[in-house]
Amino acid sequence: MLAAEGDGFTSPGPRDFEFPGIFGHDSFVTKPILIVIIGTLVVGLLFWLAARRAQTVPTKGQFAGESVYGFVRNSIALDAIGHEGMKYVPYLATLFSFIAVLNIAGIVPLLQFPATSKIGIPLFLAIISWVVYNSIGIKRQGLVGYFKNMMFPAGIPWPVYFLLAPIELFSTFFVRPITLALRLTFNMFAGHLVLLLFVLGGQYLVFTKGGFVGVLAGTVSLLGSIVLTFFEGFVQLLQAYVFTLLTALYIGGALADEH
Amino acid sequence: MTGNVNMVGYGLAAIGPGIGIGLIFAAYIAGVARQPESRGMLQSIAILGFALAEALAIIGIGLAFAL
Repeated sequence: MLAAEGDGFTSPGPRDFEFPGIFGHDSFVTKPILIVIIGTLVVGLLFWLAARRAQTVPTKGQFAGESVYGFVRNSIALDAIGHEGMKYVPYLATLFSFIAVLNIAGIVPLLQFPATSKIGIPLFLAIISWVVYNSIGIKRQGLVGYFKNMMFPAGIPWPVYFLLAPIELFSTFFVRPITLALRLTFNMFAGHLVLLLFVLGGQYLVFTKGGFVGVLAGTVSLLGSIVLTFFEGFVQLLQAYVFTLLTALYIGGALADEH
Repeated sequence: MTGNVNMVGYGLAAIGPGIGIGLIFAAYIAGVARQPESRGMLQSIAILGFALAEALAIIGIGLAFAL
C-alpha cells in the first residue's frame, strides 16, 4: 500500500467497502444490497425476455439468452459432470448468470461496486452449493456409501488411509465451501481495491499534487485504470465461470460411485 | 512512512501461487502445442488448477487484511 504522507493521499482500504444505509444511516438497504436486488431483477428480466415467445428461428434476445444457457450446458455441465449433467443445468445457469451480473456491477458506471466482494453473498451461494452436492452424493450413494467412497477411495494401500481419510473429510466439508466463497470474495475485493488505487491515486496526483511529474504520473495512472477496468471485466466473468465449474465438478464427484 | 507489514508478508506469500500458476499454464500451452485437438479438455483442467493454486493467494490476501 502507499504510505500516507502527512496531509497527503490516503490509500484505499477495507473501509471503502463499508457503506451507510441509503434510507437513513442505519437502514437495512445499503449499496451492496441495492445491487443484489437490481441484479436479481436484471437476471430474471433478461431471461424472461429471452424465453418469452420462443421461436424456432430465434430473435436476437432469444439467441443471447440461449447462448448463456448453452455455454453453461456445454462447457460446464456436460464437460464436468457428463451426460447426467443435464439435470443440474438450471441451477448452474442461474448461479453463473447471477454471479456474473453481481460481479459486472463492479465496472458498470454509477453502480461501480462488485456486490460479491462482501463475504455474505458468496458465502450464501457456497452454502447452497455445499447442500446441493452433499445431498446429491447422499441420495445417490447412501449415507454410508457416500462417506466410504469419499474417505476410503479404492486402489490405495491401506496405511495411507490414516492420512487420507481425515484430509478428504476435512476437504469435502470445510475447505471446499470456504475456498469457494473466499476465492470469489477476495478476487472481487482485490480487483476493486486496485481500481480504486489507480483512479484515486491518479486523481490525487493530477489535481492535488500537480507539477510536471505529478500530472504525468497521474495521467499514466488514469489511463492505466481504463485498461485495468477491461481486465477486471475479464476477471469477473472468469470468476463466475470458476465458481460454477467447481460446483459442477463437486456435483460430478458426488455422482461418481467409484472414485 | 506508515503502513502495514502484513502487506509485505502478503507480497512474499504471493510468490508461491505465482510460480504455481505459471507452471500450470506452461504445461497447458505445451500440451496444446503438442496436441491442438485436446484444447477443450485441457482448458477446463487448466482453469481448475489455476483456481486451486490461486486459492492460496486469495486466502493470503484475506488474512493480510484480517489479521
